[in-house]
This record gives sequence, C-alpha cells and structure tokens, in this order.
Amino acid sequence: MHITSPQFKQNAKAALADEQLQRSLTHVRKNFIDKRAKAAAALPEFEALRDNAAAIKNHVLENLDAYLEIFESNVISNGGKVHWAATAGDARGLILDICRKAGARTVTKGKSMISEEIGLNEFLENAGIEPVETDLGEYIIQLRGESPSHIIAPAVHVNMDQVRDDFRRVHTHLPPDREMSEPESLLKEARGILRDRFIKADVGITGANFLVAETGTTIIVTNEGNGDLTQTLPRVHVVIASIEKIVPTLEDMSQIMRVLARSATGQEMSVYTTLSSGPRRKGDPDGPDEFHVVLLDNGRSDMLGTEFQDMLRCIRCGACMNHCPVYHAIGGHAYGWVYPGPMGSVLTPQFIGVEKGGQLPNASTFCGRCEEVCPMRIPLPKLMRHWREQEFSGHLTPPAQRRNLKAWAWLAKRPKLYHVATRLAARGLWLLGGRNRRTGFLPFAGAWTRHRDMPTPEGSTFLAQWRKHTGAGGNAS
Amino acid sequence: MNREFILEKLGRNLKNSTPGKRESNALERIRNAPGGILPVQPRTATARVAHFIEKAKEAQATVAVCASSGVANAIAEWLRSHNLPKEVRTGQDNRLSALHKAKDSILTVKQGPSDGSDLTGVSHAECGISETGTLALLSGADNPTSLNFLPENHIVVVRRSDILAHYEEIWPRLRKRFGKGKMPRTVNLITGPSRSADIEQTLLLGAHGPVRLHIIVTED
Ligand code: SF4
Repeated sequence: MHITSPQFKQNAKAALADEQLQRSLTHVRKNFIDKRAKAAAALPEFEALRDNAAAIKNHVLENLDAYLEIFESNVISNGGKVHWAATAGDARGLILDICRKAGARTVTKGKSMISEEIGLNEFLENAGIEPVETDLGEYIIQLRGESPSHIIAPAVHVNMDQVRDDFRRVHTHLPPDREMSEPESLLKEARGILRDRFIKADVGITGANFLVAETGTTIIVTNEGNGDLTQTLPRVHVVIASIEKIVPTLEDMSQIMRVLARSATGQEMSVYTTLSSGPRRKGDPDGPDEFHVVLLDNGRSDMLGTEFQDMLRCIRCGACMNHCPVYHAIGGHAYGWVYPGPMGSVLTPQFIGVEKGGQLPNASTFCGRCEEVCPMRIPLPKLMRHWREQEFSGHLTPPAQRRNLKAWAWLAKRPKLYHVATRLAARGLWLLGGRNRRTGFLPFAGAWTRHRDMPTPEGSTFLAQWRKHTGAGGNAS
Repeated sequence: MNREFILEKLGRNLKNSTPGKRESNALERIRNAPGGILPVQPRTATARVAHFIEKAKEAQATVAVCASSGVANAIAEWLRSHNLPKEVRTGQDNRLSALHKAKDSILTVKQGPSDGSDLTGVSHAECGISETGTLALLSGADNPTSLNFLPENHIVVVRRSDILAHYEEIWPRLRKRFGKGKMPRTVNLITGPSRSADIEQTLLLGAHGPVRLHIIVTED
C-alpha cells in the first residue's frame, strides 16, 4: 500500500475541504456513539467485563509463546496446518504458495485488516490470482481502487450515489435501466454478483477475531455472512491472523466477545460468530478440504516487554476512532496507512517507522475519549505520548515545533517568569474570547484555529485559581 | 525458520518468566477454564425461554412455539404466510424425524447440503442462548453448514430444554460430547438474519446470508 502518513498535514487539509467526505463523516459522529452508549448502558456488567477482558489479554501476552505453541499443536491435531510469518512479505509468500498449490485462479476474501496490513490483494493480482472482496463495504472500495477508511466500516467515506455510479461502471452485463434508487436494490445487486463468485472460488481467505489455544479454533465475527460463504464453499480455507489474537479458552473468548460487538456497532451480539476447527471431517457434507492458519508477527513481538505492550490487547473494535474528534474531522484516509484513529496513531509508527508515521500521534487533542471507551482499557493517549517523546528525542519533530517546545521548557523551568507569562497569556486569551468564551484567532497559531475554535480560559491561571480556592500559598508544585 | 525466530523473540521479550513457567501457566488456565463474569439472567426456565424469544425478535428473527410433532405443520404454515413454495432442504438430524416423515402434501423435504438453489433450509440447533437470542449450530451431516448461509430463508428448530442462559454454558456441553479440546469442524453462533450497514450506514437485512431467520421452539 502506498504510504502517505508523512504528508499527514496535507492529507488532513484536503480532507477538511472535502465536502462529500465531511457529509459522510456525520454518520460516524451520530450513529456509532449513540449506539455504543446504549449498548453499554443496557448491560450492568459491562465495566466489569471490560476489566476481565483486559486481564485475560494481559495474561495471554505474558505467556504468549506458550499459548501459540498450544494453539499450533491443536490446529495440527484437528487436521489443519500452521504457517509462521515473521514479516508481511513472509505472509504474502506463504499465502501465494498455498494458492498456487491449489491451482487457484480466484480467491474470495472475508474482511481482514491483516490482509490490508500485508498488502495481499495487490500482491495476488500481480501473481495472476484474482482476489474478490466479499464484505459489502470492502467490495465497494475494491471497485473504487481505495483502501478502507475505517476498520469496521471500510466504506464509511462513500455515499450512495458513488456506490450507484461504481456499480454501473463495473456491472456492465446488467441492464442499464435497472432499478437502483434504493440502498436495498444496490445490496441485492451485490448479493447476486458475489453469490456467483463464492461458488466459483478456489480458495477462501478470512481473518480471525480470536484464536482459541484450547481447541485450535479460529473465530470470525461478522454480520453479513460473507465470511462464512468464503470459508465454507471453496476447497481451501486460509486464515490469516496476527499472533496477539490468541485467547486461552472458549470461556475467555465469550467474555471478550461480549464487549466486542457492543463497542464496535452497539449490537449486543454480531449476527454470525463462527468457530472453525480444521478441515472437513469424515462424513461432513460440506466445508473445505484444507485448513491453513498463517500466523503473522510483523513487529508485534517487538512491542512485547515495552511500553507499547498494552496496545497488543486491541481487538479492533473501532470504538476509539468512532469517538475521536480528530477522526471525526478528517476521516480515515488522511492517516495515510492501514490503521486510522487513535489505535492507528499508536500502531502506524510501530509498523512503518516513527520517521514516517510520527506525525500521527501528534494529531491528538488528548481529550481521552478513546481511552474512556476502549473495551480493552488501552491507555491510548499515554501511548501516543510515548511516541511524541521518542519522536522528539530522535530529532524528528519539525524545527518550528522544536523551537516552541524549547522556549516553553525554558520558561517552565523558571517558575516566577512562567507565572507572569501564563497570567498575561490567560488574560489576553480571555479578552479574545468575548462573550461565548471561544476564539477562532490565536496569535502565532493561525493554522490551528482554521478548522477549530480554541475555548478561551476564564481569565486567570490554574495556579492563581488554586490559590484562591485553597487559601493563599497552596502548594501546587 | 520463521517459527523459531518468532518464538525466540517472544521468549526474549518476556524476560520476567521462564518458558517452563509460561507453559504451566497456560496449561493451568486451559485446564480450569474459569467462567468469568456472567450477566444476570432470568432464573426460571419459563422466564429464560421468554427472554430468549424476546431477544431473538429484537435481532429481527421471527419465533414460533409448537410441539415437536408439529414441526412440519409449523414450517408449512410459515412458508405459506410468506408465499414461499412448500419445499425445504435439511440434514439427517434425528430430532427432525417428524419433518423427514412429513407427507408430500404438507411439505417436500430434500436432504443434504445446499448447492445454492434452495429457497429454504431447515436446521436443528444444538442450543439457544437467552442472553442475546442466539442459536448455536454444529456442522456435520445432521446439519450441513451450507444450509445456514445459502438459502434465502433459514428455519431453525431448537428444543425448549436446550435454551441456556450464557454462551459459557455451551462449551462444557461440547467438551462432554466431543472430548476435552475437541470441537466440531464448525460451530455457528447465529443471532438474527444476515445484515449490512455498509451503504451510508443504513441497516439492511439479507446481505449474503439469509434474508429471514425463523426460529421454532419445540416443547418436549
Ligand atoms: S484501541 Fe481499543 S477502542 Fe480502539 S480499536 Fe483497539 S480495542 Fe477498540
């Protein structure tokens, strides 16, 4: 995939000026937040389940090598094969090999972010194998030659008129005057076209939401049923999953599953949760003859034992981006690689390097909403701050920003002067704020206020107010 | 080798414990399989079944209740009310024997996996979960997996006494039946008919899987 994260600023600017995108993003702001809040409120045990989900994943990470080996041996005893891929390139090579051995010409695909991460589609195409995305959102963006802009709603940036135009452009064998005015008719059209692809495919590739060590089971969670047709009908089923997807037992999976759908779409349960344990058995009338699991590391093992270990608890629910004011303003593509939003701001520098992805963790208001809603209690703002520190110490921050930060540090080390300066600044901003306590103008920061207003301070500094409230001489250091 | 490379790196970064300790930690958790936090559910069987039905309907399934001997008639009636041909495909499940013996005048029953041309599939669930109105179906000749996804209409029969409160109750049942650590090839947890919200976040039923899911709870 072409990486544009280093041009994050230009990307964001273009996204803010894109009226169609801005209209589409209102769906994220409206739908996802309400639905998640309702689902969380309807389950009294939700917060306790979040704690337990995080605890389970922490336990897995602390014993990850052991669990992977147990998982592997159980897949093998189920009659499946496990392939280990240290890098994206290794994973692509292993999958191509499986496809070639199966004599595959077309491959159907369930939704998988790992497949995006390793750039699988382009690679298979170049090798003469046609990949067909079957999740409706993924299918739409594949037709458009785009990448997902959201990890659970990949086509959230596309509107219905665009879908209609794309279907007209590509489905040329259908009558041009067919009924296409309603979303229902577009869905029906896609269903009909993909039905045929499912039945003719040689290999089906899916991702996995969970890998259960106890039983060597891989699990996908979907709403459309495309993942199930992808893995049931072709002769060969390939699961591509990253190593941190492991859970110890089916009970542990059930616990995390309860917070997954509620956090993602606000459903209490997704329509299809499918547990797969190996290939077709004796007497089975359907199912694949071969079952392969490709386990991808791609830098995750480097995060273990570091400050970024917490990030490996992520279950890719998308709640952090659904609640992120930055994502709401610019959408997913501006982040410039596979993973957008707060989780993407933490993962991207890890995967593509801090010199290319370092701007993303800076694109945060540190409002903390992502951490509040993250079902796995990942301290996303803290992790973004770790990247900022690394970026700064690696001298990767832009010169102007470095100068400003240095000046601030100089001032902050001189308390008397700092108080005078902040008092003056607070007073000045208060004057700018006027009656509604917001300003669209900040001296020296015109770019910052172009698309947002700065809430102005109440006219005195925190320290001064602290003193007033606690009586003189409060110790605020 | 990729495998050794990855496992060694993991081991190196997990510096606070030994490989032996990690293995025993993992095996112990798998042996104990702690249940975790179980949301409060109705206590009595009657209330649990009522809750199951309510939740399944919330997930846009339709539900009927009948005696196990009345399944063929209940299916025929549902097909008629949806103007569907009285023809279904099903597996070999003994619990559906009343259906297999149904007279052609009531229902035409074909057996075996679907090739995509069937309008209606009938399966028997292993159990239902009241928490979310979810059905658990097991793969095999009794209930071919393709019946769950290819036909436009899916009818699932579940016994009243098999309606459990939590997902966590499914797994001990399967362990008992298939052996510890063993699973059927596929377990499908199904909650309502297939759907998509990928076009402008508008929720539409019947994406790739069934457009309609009808559940028949049998009194036994
Ligand atoms: S970081 Fe948390 S909220 Fe974001 S996708 Fe991962 S699990 Fe979900």
